[in-house]
Amino acid sequence: MSKTFTMDEREIPFVEGQTVMQAALADGVYVPHLCAHPEFKPHGSCRVCTVKVNGRHAASCTLAAREGLVVENQTAELRELRRELVQLLFVEGNHFCPSCEKSGDCKLQALGYELEVKTLHFTQLFPDRPVDASHPDLMLDFNRCILCELCVRASAEVDGRHVFALSGRGIDKHLIVNSESGRLADTSIAATDTAVSVCPVGVILKKGRGFRVPIGQRTYDAAPISAMPEGKKP
Amino acid sequence: MSAPKRKLKVATTSLAGCFGCHMSLLDIDERILKLLELVELDRSPLTDIKHCGPCDLGLVEGGLCNAENVHVLREFRKQCKVLVAVGACAINGGLPAQRNHLDVRECLTSVYRTVPNDPELPLPLDHVHPINDVVRIDYSLPGCPPPADALWQFLTDFIAGRTPSLGHGLIHYD
Ligand code: SF4
Ligand code: SF4
Repeated sequence: MSKTFTMDEREIPFVEGQTVMQAALADGVYVPHLCAHPEFKPHGSCRVCTVKVNGRHAASCTLAAREGLVVENQTAELRELRRELVQLLFVEGNHFCPSCEKSGDCKLQALGYELEVKTLHFTQLFPDRPVDASHPDLMLDFNRCILCELCVRASAEVDGRHVFALSGRGIDKHLIVNSESGRLADTSIAATDTAVSVCPVGVILKKGRGFRVPIGQRTYDAAPISAMPEGKKP
Repeated sequence: MSAPKRKLKVATTSLAGCFGCHMSLLDIDERILKLLELVELDRSPLTDIKHCGPCDLGLVEGGLCNAENVHVLREFRKQCKVLVAVGACAINGGLPAQRNHLDVRECLTSVYRTVPNDPELPLPLDHVHPINDVVRIDYSLPGCPPPADALWQFLTDFIAGRTPSLGHGLIHYD
């Protein structure tokens, strides 16, 4: 008999060492997430995967699965909390989806749809963040960074290049490029790097691809993010 | 014989928008005939009525980029029982808000060589604002523009007295 915990009244089997989110996803139960990625160690920073466990809030991506846990996932209260987190991510950056090449393939946007975010509710900060188009094959639009650190982790752990890092604290935290000039062109990054493909939003973009797949025919136009098998998500 | 049902009064306007949302409304195609059986248009670019009377519903396209936009928006809020932010620009400033990190004077002088100064011209605001920065909004229809089917879904739900609900494919930000 495998061990199980309960999520929204469903028994979820798990093996020792799995997190609550990993076990749920493996069992076909969607738990919203942005900074979590199956190939990387859990990070627990975006908090979009917050669940309620035995009455207390916890990030399901870092919470070890244990026998007998009682977990709430799709409740009105948690949807509201997640909606606010997504709204805060939107107002902190500049997300003008109609001109973003990632539109339709973007996880932040897809979560907005999933959680029925129709308005941003909070006052937008409209930060001033220049783009870096110095690299011949890649472009960096800092306006859309949600500070998930997936590119940081991928560049260090998979690509072995350490191209990206986060600098500053709190509201001043931002993505930086590890070169003397601070420009992407002066790093060893390649368009084939995992750091490039792992970005869940439209920050690290390959040049010359743009709108090859028309808006309206992209990943999350076909189905909501909750209905999309994990392996099929860009 | 029961008295004929009163038609709902609807006003629409385009502030700092491109009229794309109004075009999307016209994209409901022949359903517009059905709509006109149920609603009567007050102030709207489609009627050319200049001021808004008391209305059941106001649809606002576009954000706020100048003082006139703010006056019109306040008139709409005063006269409309339910006010809806239609499209990206009304909801988050949209394309016009892409100037928000630039200096207005520099913007104007780089385009016109001077700051245009004519009493006919409304004063530009230093930042472009979404409309909920200035008035309370009852409902938002995202999209650039919102799909015609989203507008239709909203209108039919509203007219029938249901809480409007947009399913997958009708909430779009692009
Ligand atoms: S990164 Fe995503 S949410 Fe941000 S502008 Fe691009 S598509 Fe929209
Ligand atoms: S650039 Fe992309 S992957 Fe890197 S921290 Fe920002 S959002 Fe995350």
